[in-house]
Amino acid sequence: MDIIQHLLGGFLIAFEPLNLGLVVVGVTVGLFIGAMPGLGSVNGVAILLPLTFLVPPTSAIIFLAAIYYGAMYGGAISSIMLGIPGASTAVATTFDGRPLALKGLADKALIAAAMASFFGGTISIILFTGFAPALASVALDFGDQEIFALMLLAFATFVGLGGDDIAKTVFSICIGLVFSAVGMDIISGTPRLVFFDIIGFLHGINFLVLAIGVYGIGEMLWTIDSTRGNPMMSKVEISASRTISHMKDVVTEWKPAWIGSLLGFFVGILPAAGATPGALMAYGISKMTSKNPENYGKGDVGGVIAPEAANNAASTGAMLPMLTLGIPGSPTTAILLGGMVIWGLVPGPMMFIEQSDFVWGLTASLYAANFFAVIINILFIPVFLYVLKMPFTVLAPIIFVLCLVGGYAPTEDMHDVWLMVLFGFGAYALRKLDYPLAPAVLAIVLGPIAEPALRQSLIISGGDATVFFTRPIAGPITMIAIVLLLLPLVQVFRKKRKQAKNAGV
Amino acid sequence: MRRAELVTAVLLAAFSIYLMWKSTELNIGWVKHEGPGGGAWPFWLAAIMLICNIWTIVNWVRRATPQSRSQDQFMDAHAIRMLLLVGGSVVALVAMVHVIGVYGAVPVFMLFYLRVLGRHGWVPTLVISGTAPVVIFFFFDVAMRIVLPKGYLEPLFYPLYDIFL
Repeated sequence: MDIIQHLLGGFLIAFEPLNLGLVVVGVTVGLFIGAMPGLGSVNGVAILLPLTFLVPPTSAIIFLAAIYYGAMYGGAISSIMLGIPGASTAVATTFDGRPLALKGLADKALIAAAMASFFGGTISIILFTGFAPALASVALDFGDQEIFALMLLAFATFVGLGGDDIAKTVFSICIGLVFSAVGMDIISGTPRLVFFDIIGFLHGINFLVLAIGVYGIGEMLWTIDSTRGNPMMSKVEISASRTISHMKDVVTEWKPAWIGSLLGFFVGILPAAGATPGALMAYGISKMTSKNPENYGKGDVGGVIAPEAANNAASTGAMLPMLTLGIPGSPTTAILLGGMVIWGLVPGPMMFIEQSDFVWGLTASLYAANFFAVIINILFIPVFLYVLKMPFTVLAPIIFVLCLVGGYAPTEDMHDVWLMVLFGFGAYALRKLDYPLAPAVLAIVLGPIAEPALRQSLIISGGDATVFFTRPIAGPITMIAIVLLLLPLVQVFRKKRKQAKNAGV
Repeated sequence: MRRAELVTAVLLAAFSIYLMWKSTELNIGWVKHEGPGGGAWPFWLAAIMLICNIWTIVNWVRRATPQSRSQDQFMDAHAIRMLLLVGGSVVALVAMVHVIGVYGAVPVFMLFYLRVLGRHGWVPTLVISGTAPVVIFFFFDVAMRIVLPKGYLEPLFYPLYDIFL
């Protein structure tokens, strides 16, 4: 067994004192960066990339991969504790993580997130080890048509399974997509939707501006309003026995964990798709296959497990095309790729032969990073829970300040901070009228992927939209998406017939 | 709530029409050899938004949604007071950043929020308002190299830059 031999060699590299130390430091730093609203794995990896020139390339990428992993774990923390997604990949985690925290089960949600992340990460590293080159070639067959079909599926999941008012859900998706179109038209290169000719709109609307506006400011205003200023954040006690019983509960939820891991891994491999759509789809499918889908969105542990397993699995999956083909599967891996080029490593099929020490050292350290991330994460849970125990009038201003700096950090432009405040007030009003806002936040993330995919598909086909149905992979995905879109109509029809029947009796 | 539902739907419909009009600044049709023009994507999405708003208005007329039947006040006295105090202080926080920077605005905002809105004692108020900017400075300016705006307080930071950056 070649692979096992290579892997053992890899572990020898990963367990060198320098590398092991870097894994532990990287995971811890990543955890905190990921937990900050406004900063995600991209920021952490990008900012710390220059520091890694001090160590050999293998150690450097091990350190960066550890930060990447840590940040994936950390993103769940602010999603659960504050209801603000720490990064786009953790948006789906807020749907059930936040309600769990409000029910006083924040510790359970955090443990579920940590264990699911570990599970998703581990499964995908095993898949990564076993099938790296083979899977990369399947993903390469994914063209624009398939990517657009996947995006359609992601949105259809919301309409079909959201359970909210359909008109308002579709409105929310479309407004998010339109906001994502602000800035430059990527194909013709002309400015587009520059409202009132304000220069700040030229660089587009960063998804974090909308996400922090909606989940930070809007959500806080709504919470203070709806609870008359006295919200009980949670009454969480921490004890070893409670932690162990939560762990036992989480272990029984194997189905969402598997769905998340496998789906996340495969979506992660797809170039340009990455962890965000992976997590969302895992949430949707896990809800669809659940015995009690009506509990989703109200605090079901499965709703935390599926997206968390998926986003970690996807982050490993995204490294696969980066290493085997030189195509990054996510923004973070794009930066890692940039780093590799600076270190003089050429990614591609030859890398597994010429740089096998590097590849297997990295693979083995992914196992190690995952292992340390789950331990460090669980050890820090009491610290995170302590934050929740603060009186709300202390927590609220801290969250507002985090929103301010978090909104400023990605683009370093005050225009974005003002826009974020505006979105916050808008979100507060819409939230009162039951407009679902999560679809808008996801749409602004997926819009820049969906639009070019659609336009390029149409250019290739000469304007023939049937390509989305006739291509072997895109076809079934599009069909599932359409079925999901029509699902609510069928339900309405069935309800009416039932009512008519009852009235007849 | 019923009136707010209609007003919001009408305002959002107007916004959708504005977005459609704004999209027509670019080509919204089919450009030969280039595929759909740059305006097509936002134009048709805004058109769907408009349809959704009309749908919501139809639901309102038919009283089909909970909001269109609700007799509750959309903004009661508590909500208005909260919005003015909390929302107003957030707007003030952002506005102050332009003048006295993050490190001036954050302590002022925290002092106001903790002492006036939260009615906390002076000791916790001062400790939290004092710690926050220090933590932010070391995390953002020093560790992450994201230089936050300082406004007119910039000169005060020159010695700190010399030491940490």
